[in-house]
Amino acid sequence: MSTNHAVLAHHFENLEQQRETATFGMWIFLATEVLIFGAIFTCYAIYRLRYPLDFEAASARLNILIGSINTIVLLSSSLTMALSVHATRVGRQQMLLTCLLLTILLGGTFLGFKVVEYYEDYKEKLVPVLAFDPDEWTKVEGVEAPIQPQHVQLMLVFYYIMTGLHAAHMIVGMGLLIWLVIEARRGWLTPVRYMPVEIVGLYWHFVDIVWIFLLPLLYLTGTHHPTDLHF
Amino acid sequence: MSSAITTGFTPQAKARPPRAPGENYLNVAFGVKSWLLTTDHKRIAILYLVTLTILFFIGGAAATVIRLNLMTPNGELVPADTYNKLFTAHGIIMVWFFLVPVVPTVLGNFLVPMMIGARDLAFPKINLLSWYVFTIGAIITLWALLAGGVDTGWTFYTPFSSKYARTNVIPTMLGIFISGFSSIMTGLNFIATMHTMRAPGLTWWRMPLFLWAHYAVSVIQVLATPVLAMALILVGVERVWGVGIFDPELGGDPVLFQHLFWFYSHPVVYIMLLPSMGITSEVITCFARKPIFGYVFIVWSSIGIAVLGFLVWAHHMFVAGQSVYSALIFSALSYLVAVPSAIKVFNWTATLYKSSIAFETPMLFAMGFVALFTMGGLTGLFLACLGVDLHVHDTYFVIAHFHFIMVGGAVMGYMAGLHFWWPKMTGRMYSDFLSKLAALIIFVGFILTFLPQFVLGYLGMPRRYHVYPPEFQVLNVMSSAGASILAVGYVLPLFYMLWSLYAGKPSGPNPWNATGLEWQTPSPPPPHNFDETPIVTTGPYEYSMEESALVH
Repeated sequence: MSTNHAVLAHHFENLEQQRETATFGMWIFLATEVLIFGAIFTCYAIYRLRYPLDFEAASARLNILIGSINTIVLLSSSLTMALSVHATRVGRQQMLLTCLLLTILLGGTFLGFKVVEYYEDYKEKLVPVLAFDPDEWTKVEGVEAPIQPQHVQLMLVFYYIMTGLHAAHMIVGMGLLIWLVIEARRGWLTPVRYMPVEIVGLYWHFVDIVWIFLLPLLYLTGTHHPTDLHF
Repeated sequence: MSSAITTGFTPQAKARPPRAPGENYLNVAFGVKSWLLTTDHKRIAILYLVTLTILFFIGGAAATVIRLNLMTPNGELVPADTYNKLFTAHGIIMVWFFLVPVVPTVLGNFLVPMMIGARDLAFPKINLLSWYVFTIGAIITLWALLAGGVDTGWTFYTPFSSKYARTNVIPTMLGIFISGFSSIMTGLNFIATMHTMRAPGLTWWRMPLFLWAHYAVSVIQVLATPVLAMALILVGVERVWGVGIFDPELGGDPVLFQHLFWFYSHPVVYIMLLPSMGITSEVITCFARKPIFGYVFIVWSSIGIAVLGFLVWAHHMFVAGQSVYSALIFSALSYLVAVPSAIKVFNWTATLYKSSIAFETPMLFAMGFVALFTMGGLTGLFLACLGVDLHVHDTYFVIAHFHFIMVGGAVMGYMAGLHFWWPKMTGRMYSDFLSKLAALIIFVGFILTFLPQFVLGYLGMPRRYHVYPPEFQVLNVMSSAGASILAVGYVLPLFYMLWSLYAGKPSGPNPWNATGLEWQTPSPPPPHNFDETPIVTTGPYEYSMEESALVH
């Protein structure tokens, strides 16, 4: 590919066709993504129904404060992403750059919080294999609880796989956003060639929506007390 | 804000680049780099063809040793654990690294853009990437299979695969996981291409059935493959960290893995089969010189198979401890899949009725496909029946059934397609005599290999054992003898097709006098497929009985 990057690729008839194809391809990819998350959600749901008390107990120990803050952060990043698409389509380069950088900032904040949260989980002995105390689950305030530590562990494994997979998608999204910033600085994202922003936007919104499902599934299943609200 | 950069773009149809006389996709550039960095769908198809042919013969070699070992009841050739690794390697290579990709990536890649009158697939770079991803996955898995091997069977059932197996489970699964993305990329590319890049006048209901079959396949590839990816991730997590996702001792459910696995691996059968059905529709209508009977029905049966294929997965688990009620429902749904499959067979038969048939090589393979697929499909109904399945579950009856579908069906169809479009791909004709001989040898060898296995299974010989009671020896020797004939049949095309590249007669643009856009352009096709964008004014199969007298 030459550096002057022909706007219309050799195999398309016109720009309209190229745009349509690119968006359509992204939607198909998102269908794939729905199925990959769908599979893990199904597994989670099956065990959640089979071991309700254990899953609720584990959920109650997750960090609801960071989870909530992250929800707000991620939804805000969706707004800035949507504004980036708008800015490209109306040709406002400075606004585009600002919005892209804000999206990266918010995405980075989310991932930063996530790292803090994982570390907190580690300190709270919520990591199977690495840091996990089976005995603390079987007794609540000295009373025998009908909870099996291995089922709690199962819930936590799903928590790490699901949030980990989500975080991996976020990291990919961050990479795409950085690529967009480079393109935007070169002035390559214009009302004629706005598709890259739109496609990355679709992906970014999808990743946000996944989080909207993860929050209730993982964090809101158990009962939290006001005293739980800490970092 | 200085957004205005001029792009020089005008929103009009653009002219195709001019081409030197005689220039085609093969001679437009030479050298290793021109192949490894190509984004031309035709060259990528050739890359896949070479890769998959190698993998086919590796998988076939494993089968050869299996059949040799089963010549004697005591299995003197290889020890039991080697035998386990051999059938696992055979299954894994043949399913994921041959049957699933072969028709879409070789013939589909080559023909989808040509049949819709486009210059290339929608995403040419993703197409090339898919070949690299596939090849990397294949190398990892091959390495894992050769350096130590895996003994779980291609199905990776838990908790054996996740807890007890002490073989290369993780690297094997990693290779399959990676190559899965190549499958998704191919499917995504085809769907986007068919939706947005059809030539003027090529409406959905004028699309050749080969394309409809690939559309249905692509939907399955895009929707089923991610579920397998997730299942493999979960087994990997459990294996590495020892957490009990599928381990009953730790609260996990091993049957859940089977649900996830078959949610992919049952539809995958249709990934293998549907493209070959598309090929058969093309070939039969061409050599019967008649428009296909019931075009719309064949289209809807392809879609119907793709949809119903997602709803029958639990028929692999009738004896795995699922509830009687779900077994009942999945049994009924499995019967339903027979309906669209039968519609296709009836329509092919009706197309042949009172037509003037020319028994060229592709037609012989296509006829073989119809015959063997029908037998495979009917025995599938035996297995969908709950009572019969209890009796023949995990026996050679099942082995024979799915080999009829996958080898007798999918591979026969692939051979038909390869022989049909070889002149288009290379511009050369292969030996008429040798190719017809190969078709005959494969058919006879196939029947001799797998028909005795139905009997063996019905008599109770279980699959995956390297020894068996002496009374089964006659049938096993028959099967092994058939396998050696089959091997000759598969090696033969390797020779005459390679030979045709040197000494084959030039085929001309349309040796079979077939309809379809791909035949309207020179053979081998020019780099951009057509010198000018074709305009389609008719349906796909405008064969008439009158012209057939002139041609044949």
